[in-house]
Amino acid sequence: MVRTKLAAALFAATALLGLPAAAQEKPKELVVGIATFLSGPASVFGVPGKAAADLFFEEINAKGGILGVPVKPVYVDEGAGTNQLISEYRRVVQDQGAQIMLGAISSGSCNALAPVAEDLKVVNVMWDCGTQTIFEEGKWKYSVRTQGHAGAEMMATLLYLMKVKPDFKTVAVVNQDYAWGRESWALLQAGLKALKPDVKIVAELFPKFGAPDFSTEITRLSALRPDVVISTSWGGDLDTFVQQAAARGLLKQSTFVLPLAESSMERLGAVMPEGVIVGSRGDHYFLHPKYKNTAEMQAFVKAYKAKTGAYPIYPTFHMNQAVTGLVKAYEKAAAAAGGKWPSKEQVIAAFEGLEFKSLTGTITIRSDHQGLEDQMLGTTRRVPEYPFAVYDKIALYPGKLVTTPLGEKSLDWFAKVKPELVKDKSIETFDYVK
Amino acid sequence: MSRQYLIGAGLLIALVAFPLLSPWSTVILTVALCEGLAALGILVLLRAGQVSFGHGLYFAFSAYVVAFMAAAHLGHEVLLLVPIATAASGLVAALVGLFIVRYRAIFFGMLNLAISMVFFSLLEKLFSITGGADGKRVPRPTLLGMTLERESFEFWMFYITLALAVVAALFVARYLASSGGKALEAIKSNETRLEYLGVSSRKVLYGAYLLSGLLAGLGGAIIALVSGHVTPELAYWVRSGEFVFIAILGGVGGVAGPFLGALMFQIIRGYAAVYAPETWHAVLGIMLLVIIFFAPSGLYGLIAGRRRASGEAAR
Amino acid sequence: MILLAALDGLAYGSLIFLVAVGLSLIFGVLGVLNVAHGSFYAIGAYVAASAVLAAAGMGLPTWLAFPLFLVSAVLVGVVVGGTVEALLLRRIYGKEEVLQLLVTFAVFMILEDAQKVVFGTQPLFANAPMNWLGTVEVFGIFYTSYQLILIPLVALVVLLGLRWFLRRTRFGRAIVAVTQDREAAMAMGIDATRIYLFTFIIGASLAALGGALSSATTSLTPGIGSGMIVLSFAVAATAGLGRIEGAAVAALMIGLGRSAAVYFAPEFDVLIPYLIMVAVLLIKPEGLFTTVQTRKV
Repeated sequence: MVRTKLAAALFAATALLGLPAAAQEKPKELVVGIATFLSGPASVFGVPGKAAADLFFEEINAKGGILGVPVKPVYVDEGAGTNQLISEYRRVVQDQGAQIMLGAISSGSCNALAPVAEDLKVVNVMWDCGTQTIFEEGKWKYSVRTQGHAGAEMMATLLYLMKVKPDFKTVAVVNQDYAWGRESWALLQAGLKALKPDVKIVAELFPKFGAPDFSTEITRLSALRPDVVISTSWGGDLDTFVQQAAARGLLKQSTFVLPLAESSMERLGAVMPEGVIVGSRGDHYFLHPKYKNTAEMQAFVKAYKAKTGAYPIYPTFHMNQAVTGLVKAYEKAAAAAGGKWPSKEQVIAAFEGLEFKSLTGTITIRSDHQGLEDQMLGTTRRVPEYPFAVYDKIALYPGKLVTTPLGEKSLDWFAKVKPELVKDKSIETFDYVK
Repeated sequence: MSRQYLIGAGLLIALVAFPLLSPWSTVILTVALCEGLAALGILVLLRAGQVSFGHGLYFAFSAYVVAFMAAAHLGHEVLLLVPIATAASGLVAALVGLFIVRYRAIFFGMLNLAISMVFFSLLEKLFSITGGADGKRVPRPTLLGMTLERESFEFWMFYITLALAVVAALFVARYLASSGGKALEAIKSNETRLEYLGVSSRKVLYGAYLLSGLLAGLGGAIIALVSGHVTPELAYWVRSGEFVFIAILGGVGGVAGPFLGALMFQIIRGYAAVYAPETWHAVLGIMLLVIIFFAPSGLYGLIAGRRRASGEAAR
Repeated sequence: MILLAALDGLAYGSLIFLVAVGLSLIFGVLGVLNVAHGSFYAIGAYVAASAVLAAAGMGLPTWLAFPLFLVSAVLVGVVVGGTVEALLLRRIYGKEEVLQLLVTFAVFMILEDAQKVVFGTQPLFANAPMNWLGTVEVFGIFYTSYQLILIPLVALVVLLGLRWFLRRTRFGRAIVAVTQDREAAMAMGIDATRIYLFTFIIGASLAALGGALSSATTSLTPGIGSGMIVLSFAVAATAGLGRIEGAAVAALMIGLGRSAAVYFAPEFDVLIPYLIMVAVLLIKPEGLFTTVQTRKV
């Protein structure tokens, strides 16, 4: 009897021990852990992000890996909840020996993982999360962000709205009820007050995240008739909202501003009318006016479409920036270390001041580990070439122009933004060209 | 009696030795112990034939108490935070218990579910206070006045949790074997007869409910400390369902059951996360079905021999 | 304003009613609280949306979507619901309630992932049926006929149909007999196994029908089922488990309550269903519409 119990206990023990083996000093392979949403509503970003990462790492490995070391991606599901994510993250670092972690999509995850990465002393590349507070309110040695933040995204949105529709008087907002929805609105609101003090905010609606029905919200908006309706929603929520609003004629009544709509355009197809202001959390677009014909972009769009059946959306470009940034940081660190395999500390140090080309532009990493990324917005237009709406009247905002200056907090910076910024000379504009 | 202790001792030895062999596992094991504590609370209620689909409430409540206190620099000390947060959950259980013990079976379960969902919705909705769905960060407190590095903090937290789990398990075992515990079983088998004996079944159930709330609260307080982050998801109904899952997986025959179950749960989840990251829910679901249909007395029952484990083993 | 809110609440409440009434029926007859009920809703929605998209792809007319909704609902009810009952639930009747509940919890976890594997994670929607029916104008505000007329109409038909079925048909009466006194009913020669299977299929089909109807108005994403199940719990518990008319009133209450909240206290719209549920359970635990017996159809 005793033996069975001990056997059972030992079984439990060996089962735990038996999880994949530990890491080596000199890597035969570079394990890269990637936190992404594989389940839950945000898997609309997570799964494309994973598909893109697979493509990029295949490509890198086909060329012999990073500094000759093959890369092995390991995925962690962000959708399992923050606490589970943290313990999975630890497991991948401590047990599977990941030297690099890419985490994560949700701002909540990034906030939770940054201190864990410090604890574990592992390089943490924030590949998609947007909250500006990460580097404005904290200092993280081991974390770096290879894209812009919510401040840059919202500032560009605001400037674009002021440029194409300067005479609006009333605004309503319908955002998802969680940190992103609340924070992005706080920023926009502060900026609106500074640029257009007389504007009236007629409704602030925060429907539940993942809400299946926006009928009541739409009825209210129909009754209020605001000039502009802003929504930073994304994924299924955005699709549902646009769909229900379009069916009831709301999209014709007000100008819609949807800073994350790029990721929904293909799915929304014919539902998305012309004249909607759209963005993509950066300068990402497979029809980017400057880069759509480059060999890299065409190869990527083709490979991604072959793999998933869809056009690439912004998380895939964010993944591209994280992976490219990582490769460049390793190369820079190795050069500084005299060609030797760099330590984690050398890699993270190499990120500071790093400048690299992505599929759609150039990314610069500031000394606070925040990336500068250009922002692109446009107005939807229907064209015969695609069964869904495309960007027209495009404006490209340089990352430097719209990102909160080093050492300042975005909310304060938004509150003192000047109208001159709307017409800054560094802003490039393009029209849709077939 | 001996069976109960043997299994407990075997499990304990394995647990004591484990972190020494595999340091990375301490956090996962601590998490398992915390979930085991909550499941132990479920076990107490199951003895009375009642199932709660809402104990995430107590788990999350104490976790948030820890988060708020740590953020406000009120008692930045483990030995202060854990008891206060646990007591806070106990207080909530004492309040909720006042009316919830009037209900049985499905109504008991539903009411628990509803109350925990109210709390969950509040945590998500009151963004400016609770941080909404993204939750709150919990800065690492001191332990016995010492500021510890991550590794040693995790190491000591594990052994403290283990010690607390042992104490809790022994206490629950004693309680279940006492007249109060027997009365609890009588609620399940024949409540009317219990009342005829002059015992107030509501009082009996109230005690059990309070105990279960405290146990879930203890687990929640510790999980907030070791993971360093709290989210409303701790109060979501699926989480509460997992506690019941763990209790059944481990078996309700003895107090070691929930801990066995929690350990197994983490192991399955760990493996599933590596080999089937996109379908780990399904893996757990299938495991649960297998247990229910082929080993209804849980892991504990499997180890203790397939007898009627309940009742006998608690002695 | 109140009227406008009421119109929105109507469609929402009708959808919840369809799902909750199935849940209620299953509980009333089988005594099992089906946690996987939300998954039937989700799968019904996905199957219907896929069918509608496929039909559109073949160039078939849009009106065909409506019979397709019905077909997919029954299909999901029979295939998924029937399998779950016959393969799993049948083995544990008479065992502890906890185990029955956990079996459906396990089914819920499996179906959530199965649905992800089969239908993917990208939001899916098929809104052609909604647009096809056009809009109606009420006080200068456009509503879709689909939400304002069709969904409530279907709910009403289901409500009346179920009443008729349970009171007037032989099989329906047999179901009622089983709920009231299982042993007596069996002694009278009623085949309980068959009754259980059919009831479960009907209940699952109703949930799938709710999903199918919602597929035209909303994007389908992973996780839609787990949100729905709690809402339908709330409705079923508010009404008193097993009560059909009660479920209709409770669903309407919750739908209207939520809409009103968006107008008057937008911060609390998500709390409304649970608050109503807690309040009702506290004051009248057997539900608003139950008198003495708790299990009654």
